[in-house]
Amino acid sequence: MYENRDGIMIGLEVHVQLNRLKTKVFCGCTTDYHNDPPNSHVCPVCLGLPGALPVINKKAVEAAIKVGLALNCRVEEHTQFYRKNYYYPDLPKGFQITQYDFPISSGGYIIIEGEDGEHRVGITRAHMEEDPGRLVHEGTIDKSKYTLIDYNRSGMALLEIVSDPDMRSPKEARRYLDKLRNIVEYLDIFDGDLEGALRVDANISIMGGQRAEIKNISSHKGAEKALLFEIVRQKNVIRRGGIVVQETRHFDEAREITLSMRSKEEAHDYRYFPEPDLVPLKISGWAPAIKATLPELPDARRMRFVEEYGITDDHARALTSELKLAIFYEDVAEKADPRTAAVWVCDVLKGELNYRDMTIEAFKKEHMLSIIELLVSKKITEDGAVEIIRALLDKGGSPEEIVKEKSLLKVEGDIVSIAAAEAIKENPGAVADYNSGKEKALNSLVGAVMKKTKGRADARTAREILLGKLR
Amino acid sequence: MITKKDLEHIGWLARLELSDDEKEKYTPKLNSVLDYFNELDEVDTEGVEPTYHVLQLYNVFRDDEPGIGSITQEEALSNAPKKQDEFFKAPRMM
Amino acid sequence: MATINELKESMHSGSSEEIVAEYLERIEKSKLNAFITVAKESAINRAREIDSKGEKGMFSGIPIAIKDNISTKGIQTTCASKILSGYVPPYDAHVIERLKEAGAIIIGKTNMDEFAMGTSTETSFYGPTRNPWDMERVPGGSSGGSAAAVAGGEAPFSLGSDTGGSVRCPASFCGIVGLKPTYGVISRYGLISYANSLEQIGSFATCVRDVTMLFDVIAGHDSRDSTSVDRIDTHLDARTYASALVNDVKGLKIGVPEEYFDEGTDKGVENSVRDAINTLEELGAKSQIVMMPHTKYALSAYYIIAMSEASSNLARFDGMRYGLRTEDSDWHTTFSQVRAAGFGDEVKRRIMLGTYALSAGYHDRYYLKALKIRTLIKQDFELAFKDVDVLIAPTMPYPAFKIGEKIDDPISLYLSDVDTVPVNLAGVPSISVPCGFSGGLPIGMQIIGKHFDEAAILRTAFTFEENTDFHNKTPEGM
Ligand SMILES: [Mg+2]
Ligand SMILES: [Zn+2]
Repeated sequence: MYENRDGIMIGLEVHVQLNRLKTKVFCGCTTDYHNDPPNSHVCPVCLGLPGALPVINKKAVEAAIKVGLALNCRVEEHTQFYRKNYYYPDLPKGFQITQYDFPISSGGYIIIEGEDGEHRVGITRAHMEEDPGRLVHEGTIDKSKYTLIDYNRSGMALLEIVSDPDMRSPKEARRYLDKLRNIVEYLDIFDGDLEGALRVDANISIMGGQRAEIKNISSHKGAEKALLFEIVRQKNVIRRGGIVVQETRHFDEAREITLSMRSKEEAHDYRYFPEPDLVPLKISGWAPAIKATLPELPDARRMRFVEEYGITDDHARALTSELKLAIFYEDVAEKADPRTAAVWVCDVLKGELNYRDMTIEAFKKEHMLSIIELLVSKKITEDGAVEIIRALLDKGGSPEEIVKEKSLLKVEGDIVSIAAAEAIKENPGAVADYNSGKEKALNSLVGAVMKKTKGRADARTAREILLGKLR
Repeated sequence: MITKKDLEHIGWLARLELSDDEKEKYTPKLNSVLDYFNELDEVDTEGVEPTYHVLQLYNVFRDDEPGIGSITQEEALSNAPKKQDEFFKAPRMM
Repeated sequence: MATINELKESMHSGSSEEIVAEYLERIEKSKLNAFITVAKESAINRAREIDSKGEKGMFSGIPIAIKDNISTKGIQTTCASKILSGYVPPYDAHVIERLKEAGAIIIGKTNMDEFAMGTSTETSFYGPTRNPWDMERVPGGSSGGSAAAVAGGEAPFSLGSDTGGSVRCPASFCGIVGLKPTYGVISRYGLISYANSLEQIGSFATCVRDVTMLFDVIAGHDSRDSTSVDRIDTHLDARTYASALVNDVKGLKIGVPEEYFDEGTDKGVENSVRDAINTLEELGAKSQIVMMPHTKYALSAYYIIAMSEASSNLARFDGMRYGLRTEDSDWHTTFSQVRAAGFGDEVKRRIMLGTYALSAGYHDRYYLKALKIRTLIKQDFELAFKDVDVLIAPTMPYPAFKIGEKIDDPISLYLSDVDTVPVNLAGVPSISVPCGFSGGLPIGMQIIGKHFDEAAILRTAFTFEENTDFHNKTPEGM
């Protein structure tokens, strides 16, 4: 049983941008602004011009219901939008249209890999709201002489997913984030690779103290770092006899520290009231139909992979942790041996991709199939296969070209035999050691054969030939 | 009854900078209006539902199709008191 | 003063350019201060274009004045506030699109109470508008400029907005016709919000027919306003409101809410409205007293709701994307200073009261309570309309008051809205028509209908107008 000695309670508010929609949540502006100049995807509504009115994007509501169902939430009978009144330059109307009483879904949970096995994290609610614009500062927010505003992002549909304070360590928080992202990606409403797609606010308290809210976290790694910093900071405050005060802190990604944002503006009073320009929704009737269209979710897919492809649970977990990876694997496993495919996709390819900060999209599944085919037909060695994968990622081309270019075809028979004879001749010491019973000396002879064949010999074959000759 | 101090808080919540003169001037006026509003206390509204929308409309949506309402970047920035490059320019945060 | 049909007639022999030039000249010479912006150049250019192309829209070549809280692409739209001076919307309000399609020419933007917060058009940053019947008096508000322009012959018809009486009050004070339709019948897209759940765009003209023609052009569903509805066929055979203009009230059941005639009501006003009811009875209608017991609380409920919504609606005026900008310091301070410099007293008062009414600890006592009272008032109307077709009451408890008379006493100013605000709380339609004079000043009566039954109030108003001549009187020298 995991012992939470510091009484750590972490709750996360995750803002997921529904960036697969064609338009923003309350206006017809397009969502594909990522490569365009600032303030070029705007209209009177998302710029907050006087007189403009919001109208709800139906697809955004459907997507929100989809997420709610995937998070095991209740979809409410009556749902409604509210105004949250506060001021920030990214917020063009001086209020955010969001939900308050009557969110679209609530009371769900997800299962994560906790500190001591499976751990259930409650989902308080998942509600819809509009994204503010993007602020650009020269240097850091506290030092910059001015603030520049781009409203292209303003009005993007967001789903704010609020968890119960059920996480007991930064690691669990990160696992929760991974899992959540994984789920929303599976639902095909979200592209996690786009900038600003997923943003996190973290609430953390220790030893029954007040909680700090950390804003401006933009990655899962950042969340873990911010929480680790915060635990140390809060512990230090308590050790010095101080009291942790409830406050909002800003995560400085570059310095990996949290900064107090305490000022007069902390006196928040959001003055929520129902948005008079939007009428209520009665949409719980949509849930059954939407539920029927829910795709297979990560947990289900993981279990199916174990059963259907006979791979290990670890492999299945890793392979289903990203939708694109899971699809890649499955496409390969349909045409090649699933277990071999799991090893090569999960253990080798994924590692090489991570090392290069690349995604699975950088690799063609046809190439993976060719590599496995070369391996299975024993035309290349495992080392050769690794070399091909690296070359493909670094320079491109095809496996066949790389095999030719690097002469990776496996050498066999006579060539290995000749190399073995040479190795025996050139290493009398090792031969003597082996003959006197030191079996390990054989390894150095195998190494010599491999060196002579530039790694293209199969190590097991080389060993057998050496043994034959030494007998 | 709101005090001058309450008024300061309201002014901050509403982002309205108030001079001392204004605080003097507004406090009694706002109180007289609030006094008038207090007549509502005498109405029994037990069990009465609030009316947020006078028409009983619900489920009004638009399709997820790009609309005709978008404006150009030039139009978007045309009223900006201050801009820099293609951005609106706001004062420093702190 | 020329009606729309007369102007259309005159266009056969003359031109739109002549008509527009004539109105522009009157505006130029006027001392009413009815306009904030006169769109002289664009109006004349458009008139020439129409003349040369011979366009045949409902209002082709006819000038119209627009309240300055309705967004007009390319024409400054200020809400009579310093904070929006110089703001030129990059888009047209829905009603403006409709009017342009019908060929109407925007001649200018009219004066109003700042952000429509007032009953007298005195809170405008651009100075008060004067009443054409007496230059020392207010034209009513908040759409005072739009009403004074029509009464003063500076525009044949105009648009206003009515949040708590802002169309009916100035119609009454200026002796013209003003219609506030059912909530949702006209799209609010492009109308700069004061209190979204209460307001509607309304039309002014010198007669019921013109008001109705204008209404026909601007009414109807708009997908950009979620609260907009299309219900024109509910009470009409033909799909135009003009088809309701029949000179006949036989069998019409009129309700007379006694609560609308309380002690504060001027005797001249009371007598004129009761005489008007008698006239309609002589024409075949029947009247009966109805009880609307929560009327007394409408004013407080109205002001709390309006101020609460306003406090949020006006939060967007921060000087970043448009409008006034003061010298920069840190963002929050600049924001507060922009607003301190840009808003007038009454606007500040309402923002602060609305902020208070929504704030932690007071939300239930003020905002929520007001919304419950709103329910009771709506029920009063529903009950009354079980027995009657229309309600008739004074529009304003008294004729136009003097400029400066009430401006420093918010309560007494708010009290003048006592007969108009219940209509907005219930979202029902109401029309104010001239029904007499008191001390040389015009008096308006309002005819209130059921939700979406504009046909009944238009028919009643039309019949009254056809059988009386109050609407034919014009201010001296106009
Ligand atoms: Mg939120
Ligand atoms: Zn937009």
